[in-house]
Amino acid sequence: MTDIAQSLARIVGEAYVSNHPEEAYFYARDPGLMPHHAPDYVVVPETVEEIQEIVRLANREKVPVVPMGAGLALTGLVIPLRGGIVIDMKRMNRILSVNETGRHAVVEGGTSQGYLKAYLEKHHPRLRHSIPDSPATATIAANVMIHGQGRLTQQYGFNSDMICGLEVVLASGEVCCIGSCALSPDWFSKGPPLPDLTGLFLGWFGATGIITKVGVKLYPRKKMRDVEIFITDREDLVPEMIYELTHTEMVEDINVFAQPKPMIFKDNHHITLFFTGDTDEELEFKRKTIWHALDRFIQSKDGGFMGVAPAMKPTLLDMPQRSVSRFADVTRGGGFEYSGPIIMVDKYPACAHKILELAEKYDLGYSGMARIIGRSHCMMYGFAFTFNRADPDMMERTRKALHEVSVFALEAGGVFWKATVDEQRMAMEKMDPTTLSLMRMIKEQMDPNGIMNPGNWEVTKV
Amino acid sequence: MYALKFNDHVCETCPTGDCLVKCQYLHLDRDTAVAEMVKIAKGEDSFVLKDCVTCYACEEYCRRGNHPFYLITERRQEKGILTAPRAIARQWINIGEPQGKYRVGKVGERVLSFGFMPEFLGWIKGRLFEDVMPSYIFGQEFFCNVVYIHFADTAVIKERLPRVVENFTRLGVKEVIFLHDECYGAFSHLAPAYGIEVPFKSVHYYEYLHRRLTELKDLIRPLNIRAAYQRPCSSRLSPDHHHWVRDIMGLIGVDLVEREYQDENALCCGGILSMNYGYDLAHDVQQRNVDDMVRHGAQVCAFNCPACQSTLGARVAKQGIRPLHMIHLCRKAIGEM
Repeated sequence: MTDIAQSLARIVGEAYVSNHPEEAYFYARDPGLMPHHAPDYVVVPETVEEIQEIVRLANREKVPVVPMGAGLALTGLVIPLRGGIVIDMKRMNRILSVNETGRHAVVEGGTSQGYLKAYLEKHHPRLRHSIPDSPATATIAANVMIHGQGRLTQQYGFNSDMICGLEVVLASGEVCCIGSCALSPDWFSKGPPLPDLTGLFLGWFGATGIITKVGVKLYPRKKMRDVEIFITDREDLVPEMIYELTHTEMVEDINVFAQPKPMIFKDNHHITLFFTGDTDEELEFKRKTIWHALDRFIQSKDGGFMGVAPAMKPTLLDMPQRSVSRFADVTRGGGFEYSGPIIMVDKYPACAHKILELAEKYDLGYSGMARIIGRSHCMMYGFAFTFNRADPDMMERTRKALHEVSVFALEAGGVFWKATVDEQRMAMEKMDPTTLSLMRMIKEQMDPNGIMNPGNWEVTKV
Repeated sequence: MYALKFNDHVCETCPTGDCLVKCQYLHLDRDTAVAEMVKIAKGEDSFVLKDCVTCYACEEYCRRGNHPFYLITERRQEKGILTAPRAIARQWINIGEPQGKYRVGKVGERVLSFGFMPEFLGWIKGRLFEDVMPSYIFGQEFFCNVVYIHFADTAVIKERLPRVVENFTRLGVKEVIFLHDECYGAFSHLAPAYGIEVPFKSVHYYEYLHRRLTELKDLIRPLNIRAAYQRPCSSRLSPDHHHWVRDIMGLIGVDLVEREYQDENALCCGGILSMNYGYDLAHDVQQRNVDDMVRHGAQVCAFNCPACQSTLGARVAKQGIRPLHMIHLCRKAIGEM
């Protein structure tokens, strides 16, 4: 073992540190298309104190540290671009508290979405959180770090809007509480009425600190949940339809998708609507209101509610949705990546045209999918392509298509979500210089040695 | 191209106008009914072309051998009057497109047609079917396509149905037992109306079930339950087979409740109504239908069509009425379920 490996072993125990190539192989890549790069060390801490010591060690040795949840971002955010230490957070997976009436939980930085969901269902059946549709192993901290979205996003915004505090290990190794927990035992607010400091960390992909605890807002979990799908052949009308639906304030979640396969989905755009109720009456009232909201489109024959067979419902109502994972293997070979810019809902038609154009140009399987964020405030439009990992040509075509998506998204006024390194650079080049300068000041102050997930948000190099 | 055989004179001389007078959704007197049908026959505009909800029932109400619903459908298509949102019609047409993914069992001269109803792949087993199984077919290649009359599209039927007939013919079948009314109606009713030749014998599965139950009568234990019957739209294409419902229920000891929305007065399950016209019409029809079952003390709702069961099953179950397909009722009666 090297000195650093021995030091890490002293901190976390020998069983939880590795510099072996077989482990480095896995930590060098994610399931997307980004080039791989191996870490020098992988470490799996169990406590905040251990993370503090690891970061202090990294500072002394000027070695990069890359915090990692489940590594599912697909855009290479936890690939250690400069090597160094990958801190795998999986052992820090405890749910520290749940406040039933205050509707929030405090969880450790490696807690998975699936664990919190299962825990709440068992111990607090009237509470739920905004679970994303990534695999259940995705971590809560990583999801808020990338401003993820989930099942409650149409109602409450990004998942990062649904937090009520953070605990972060800074680049100095100090622990910092953000939000009401900075001066109160209660985690009820991420900032207000204090200055909201969460912005120093969220969206930075670990380049300013490592999240070790998250206060997660919880919401009422109704006894019943149902789904309807409105379909249209008029992509230009989708924004109006979304406007009408969000006006009802009756919908839990709104997703839109269009894909050529299977045949049932060919040629149309599908607005999937989830809604909930504690009684049959509540559920039916919401259903009626939602249907009526789109009456004018039914009358004009521009759209209609498709029949959702009972056999389809369990799949549709599953949380997280597994259809995304299934799509990943449509083209045999298990490759799947999407670029999901956050963009105005009125850009839906342009996005729908673009994905068709790119799928045709590069001969790729595709699925266009949008999740509405807030009351039609914006959406994440996922340009998803599926490819065969054993086919280098197909992978290259996918890369080119995704690059074109990035260019298109910026031109259309969108902002990259969980941006790749290339997209980060493109964003910083387009960004208001004063904003960039502010980001630079923050980064320089918070990570003077440049050890925190280097390669990401390298504002000092733009 | 296949053309509908329709006799204008039959409508002009119709004494009753039953096709539209009996309609559950339009409320017309005899004179208006006849006048509107004559207008439709002449290719003129009629409010009926806009207001008809595609329940098929006028095909049964007309006792004079004409085809009012097919004609309404033809005229709608000619005039571009949409019944369904375009996306809904497109979706259904895409679903029915042959994909080469059909399934056939060990096909003999007699074959069971599952059409394109995947439910039957799991449902068709046991003694009732042992003298035909495993001779079956399933898939888009054997799908009758009649459902598109709900969407005012006979063109796709005329294009696909002869190909389906060919697919059957290629298998060398002499007799096809159709497990779905719509398929039976396609080959026994719609095909002749359009002059499409069908070179095999079509058998309605009710007739088959009745014969099998008679053969297996020693196994039957009367179910002693009260059942409401949900008659499907496509049963209107073969009203001469509707009597089998009572005959079969009589054999298996099921008391068919004599409710308001029965036989000729049957109401649609609401599936197509919701897709084509939205919430209010479908909800109203479903509510009246289920309330009627409850009012008449039904313990079971017997379905003929898996799609009706899919649409209405949960709603009747919430009222404490058990949804069961006729096949399951019969299998229950011989102790298989």
